[in-house]
Amino acid sequence: MADASFQPSRIPGFATVAVLAFVCLYLPIFTLVAYAFNAGTSIAVWEGVSLHWFARAWENEAVKSATLRSLLIATTASAVSTAVATLAALGTTRRAAYHGQTFIYVLINQPLMVPEIVTAVALMIFFGVIKQWTGYQGLGYLILAHTAFCIPFAYLPIRARLEGMDLSLETAASDLYASNWQTFRHVTLPLLAPGILAGAMLAFVISLDDVVITEFVKSGGQDTLPTYMLGQMRRAITPEVNAISTGLLGLTVILLTAFFLLTRKKG
Amino acid sequence: MSLEDDARARNVRSAWALSAPALLILLLAAAGPLLIVAVYSFLSPGKYGNVEWVFSLDGWRGILFTKDIFDDTLKLADAHLTIFWRSVKLSLLTTGITFLVGFPTAWFIATRPPRARAFWLFLITIPFWTNLLIRTFAINEVIRNEGLFNTVMIKLGLFDTPLRIINTDAAVLMGMTYVYLPLMVLPLFAAIDRFDMRLLEAGYDLYASRWQVLRRVILPIVKPGIIAGSILVFVPSLGAYVTPRVLGGGKNMMIGNFIELQFGQGRNWPLGAALSMTLLIVVMAALLIYVRAANKGGNGHG
Repeated sequence: MADASFQPSRIPGFATVAVLAFVCLYLPIFTLVAYAFNAGTSIAVWEGVSLHWFARAWENEAVKSATLRSLLIATTASAVSTAVATLAALGTTRRAAYHGQTFIYVLINQPLMVPEIVTAVALMIFFGVIKQWTGYQGLGYLILAHTAFCIPFAYLPIRARLEGMDLSLETAASDLYASNWQTFRHVTLPLLAPGILAGAMLAFVISLDDVVITEFVKSGGQDTLPTYMLGQMRRAITPEVNAISTGLLGLTVILLTAFFLLTRKKG
Repeated sequence: MSLEDDARARNVRSAWALSAPALLILLLAAAGPLLIVAVYSFLSPGKYGNVEWVFSLDGWRGILFTKDIFDDTLKLADAHLTIFWRSVKLSLLTTGITFLVGFPTAWFIATRPPRARAFWLFLITIPFWTNLLIRTFAINEVIRNEGLFNTVMIKLGLFDTPLRIINTDAAVLMGMTYVYLPLMVLPLFAAIDRFDMRLLEAGYDLYASRWQVLRRVILPIVKPGIIAGSILVFVPSLGAYVTPRVLGGGKNMMIGNFIELQFGQGRNWPLGAALSMTLLIVVMAALLIYVRAANKGGNGHG
């Protein structure tokens, strides 16, 4: 090409569409956050800046207990799902083809393929029967359900990390008479750590995010933050919902920034 | 020989043993309960919800037909067909629009210099990680009657009265496009990122036009990304529950909301179960077609 400034990778119009897409992605979020600071009682009319609705949400007992419940479920579910997903990833990667390989892979990824509403209905029926049999109504059902659908999210980054890992270091460790456990503990695990961390964070956020399955599985008085908000939206919406959303949004951004900085440092 | 067999057996055993805890949890709280739904779809509805253990095909029949109250004749259930058609139409449109917007966006991100690329990628990941309900609520802030869009339009004198978008199919479509766009952009970006830009120069050197390069060089190579993105958008769109509930109001139901209705006010669990199985089968069929297509594409280039 004669034109020195010609860039083959530039396609006319693409940059415009991209920038517009980013504006459309962020404009609604900024609007949502802005109205959380509204002094008025409606989400329609702007009446000046105030922290009133944050205070209201903070003092609301229902919000407080829903937040604690969300965090408890997300912490437990992400810890358990990451642990079992790590084992499964070790069991399914870096080995010769084996019998049942496809079955295991499909079952692990099953929650990604089945529509959430179908799983939600299935769990509502199944846990409903168990609730009747055992009389147990506690948080165990929600934790179990969350753990299950978090497994593929924890599994995928761990598996990706494992597949990219060099076998030679582990072979070297074995050559130097390290036991299987020593090799795992001092070679494999440290190398795998970023994948495990990524998987755990993904699982945590996925659990915190869930509405549909929680809505169907929860017993009375077991609202998580998202199901509480969904319930509020059915009534007249006040900026309190904006304030709660802004809080959750802030938590997501902080977690995500920390995650980016962490992974960048480790290369 | 027997040593090799022994090693192979050990390999299989350890693969299953290490996967066992995960598989157990999944069987108990994800895959297993689906069988119960299948069973329930062949039972009779109980008077106050739940089921009676009497075999019946009414659940499956009820997907397409209704019984006339007076003479028990079967009629095509128009209301159900409307809901199915809306679900399929909106899901396809969502997939199409997110691709049309997402492809240029992913291309733009992938062609930035490395430092700027990390920044743009970060910007697309934040909405991806943000609670779906919050994002649905955020788009609601823009399109509702007293929302940002209508306020600005009225202030500018372009509209006299607010344009009613909320509680229409258009609102659901806008909401799903907004919510699922990052799911399209991320796999597209991953595919474009691996794309060797020298191929473009080669294309242009051989006198291809921009359109030809896009159509014949770029699209075939990033096809796996397109397929992945389309699955990731189409599948949750078809089973969407939250977005149509918040933005569509009670009338613009999609399959997800229709299923819930059967377990709530509808008190027809077998119909709800049959609808769930239908949705599951449709989604699995879509996934299978996609996987076939992806494999064929891979072989063609390999």
